[in-house]
Amino acid sequence: MAERRYFRVRADMPPGHVRTPSYLRGKTGWVERTLGPFPNPEELAYGHKGTPLPLMRLRFTMGEVWGTGTDNPNDTIDAEIYANWLEPASSPHAP
Amino acid sequence: MGGDAAGPVPSEQHDFSLWEKRVDALMVTASAKGHFTVDGLRRVLEDMGPEAFETMTYYERWIMSVNQNLIEAGVYTTAELATRMTEVAARGNSYGEASNG
Repeated sequence: MAERRYFRVRADMPPGHVRTPSYLRGKTGWVERTLGPFPNPEELAYGHKGTPLPLMRLRFTMGEVWGTGTDNPNDTIDAEIYANWLEPASSPHAP
Repeated sequence: MGGDAAGPVPSEQHDFSLWEKRVDALMVTASAKGHFTVDGLRRVLEDMGPEAFETMTYYERWIMSVNQNLIEAGVYTTAELATRMTEVAARGNSYGEASNG
């Protein structure tokens, strides 16, 4: 199996239109596949021409998203996050 | 919504009324003409806040968002909208009466 590439979703909570789910902000997942580029929906939302951005389908464990006390911590959820919301991470857990 | 408890999900289907179908068609037409995109629709819907999801129906929220986006795109002004709404309202309350203007 190829080595996993981890990314941490930025934990920022700015006002305005954000496409990145709140519950994933600050969480770390690995790349399931790379998609795009697609125009940035956060620019399109205000009538601007969207800057093309890579879209990453990341895979997160339920333990990472909801905490280790969750029912099935090894189950996973996939979410597609634009590259401007991601920072490289080395660990599967949020700091 | 937003991870909050929302109660059971109603599973019964309902037929859409004429005005709801027209709102849907207006969204399709406006985006096909390039006035705004589904991203703009979502932005205004999400900016309404949680209360709108309790008090307004799906297409009531849609027409509010479509209208906001069309005004922002310069398709018409709020004053023009007001004039037009008054004209249409003066025709009568039924679809039949309103269609005859």
